Amino acid sequence: MEVKTGTWTEKKGLAQMLKGGVIMDVVTPEHAKIAEDAGACAVMALERVPADIRAQGGVARMSDPELILKIMDAVSIPVMAKCRIGHFVEAQILEAIGVDYIDESEVLTPADEAHHILKHNFKVPFVCGCRNLGEALRRIGEGAAMIRTKGEAGTGDVVEAVRHARAVIGEIRRLTTMADEELMAYAKEIGAPYELVKETKELGRLPVVNFAAGGVATPADAALMMQLGMDGVFVGSGIFKSGDPAKRAAAIVKAVTHYNDPAILAEVSKNLGEPMVGRNVSQMPEAERIAGRGW
Amino acid sequence: MKIGVLALQGDFAEHIAMLKRLKVDTAEVRLPEHLNGLDGLIIPGGESTTIGKLAIAYNLMEPLKQFGQRHAIWGTCAGAIFLSKDVSRDQPLLGLMDIKVQRNAFGRQVDSFETDLDIPELKQATGTDAPYHAVFIRAPIIESVGGNVKVLASVPDGRIVAAQQGHLLATSFHPELTNDTRFHEYFLTLVD
Repeated sequence: MEVKTGTWTEKKGLAQMLKGGVIMDVVTPEHAKIAEDAGACAVMALERVPADIRAQGGVARMSDPELILKIMDAVSIPVMAKCRIGHFVEAQILEAIGVDYIDESEVLTPADEAHHILKHNFKVPFVCGCRNLGEALRRIGEGAAMIRTKGEAGTGDVVEAVRHARAVIGEIRRLTTMADEELMAYAKEIGAPYELVKETKELGRLPVVNFAAGGVATPADAALMMQLGMDGVFVGSGIFKSGDPAKRAAAIVKAVTHYNDPAILAEVSKNLGEPMVGRNVSQMPEAERIAGRGW
Repeated sequence: MKIGVLALQGDFAEHIAMLKRLKVDTAEVRLPEHLNGLDGLIIPGGESTTIGKLAIAYNLMEPLKQFGQRHAIWGTCAGAIFLSKDVSRDQPLLGLMDIKVQRNAFGRQVDSFETDLDIPELKQATGTDAPYHAVFIRAPIIESVGGNVKVLASVPDGRIVAAQQGHLLATSFHPELTNDTRFHEYFLTLVD
């Protein structure tokens, strides 16, 4: 019997199992349990949530493997962890300890200002952020088996996630109306691999699962991203920087499942306590924005 | 014939796409009333803890159990876990099938695998001879089965990965992630 591991089907497939779900940032095993009990379909293990990375500044790196292992022991759901853009040795370490997905993330300080990791070299699947279709297809070309919008992490302001989701969905919509002979010029224009442009046109969607991320803080934000056409939602600082994390986490899980049912959305939005303190992205200096990291 | 797919979380869209290829009417099931008028149900892959919690929150446990008394249900991966009566940990289960399941039995994601399986019932029902190419993702195994449960497929070391109890079907793997519609065709033969 021939057994194949680390195939493209396997990598892409785990993301398909996460669809319609919420992936939550957690910084301790206790947080991870709260997230699992609230119905998270996976957790992102890290030392600091993006809001704290922003506040504290300095160089943000991969988390301590010991912390990630403790979180992996605490829950039965998949555990993701972040490495720096281009830092393939951090990725090797995360693969060696057995994380289920690696997020090559702009939330950490980039290690390479020209190149991302060649993710096809790994057995573990990767998720990467994007702001538009070209960026999404470049990451998939490098081997990302899942895509998320970048949004603007750690702000609690959903505006950038909406901008990036609308860019990707709108560009795909235009792509599906193009003649086949226009695809090469379009691939050149957006800096994307031709074969993936062609595949995206045929599918009418990205060839991999596409989640929303970066600024989702309420059940309504999560349902908004789902109605815009995202496959699921990452919530970073929005849960554990709020007044009642367990309640808010469970409410966001319900909002993603029932994203098209305003009566249920109204019900789950009640009495959630204080949301995270937001930061208005439009008033944020360009230098503080992190979505521009990534090439 | 109309087949529902439990759409609380997971890859329900992939199952719906397979059923559409077989020209079957489909419906997404998120609330108890969505079960009305269905002839069968698929519980997709996803996270079994998430699916169980949402089923409890929206009062689906009893309606699903009753539906399974009369109609065909097929669970893939998380769906198989949800159909079982025992997973050796505290999480919501329908308990419709007399099977004991072990979650993540092959390890973490880097251990997830694809392989060919020999499934005589599938070949017979579909009149085909090709082996079945199965995709396992952080997959469970069926540790033990009750007397009225038929084992459909095992991996070479003997661990059970597909089983049937009358009109109820459980698979550790994901036919909805392949281009092979035979398992969906087989399920449809169990629908009245």
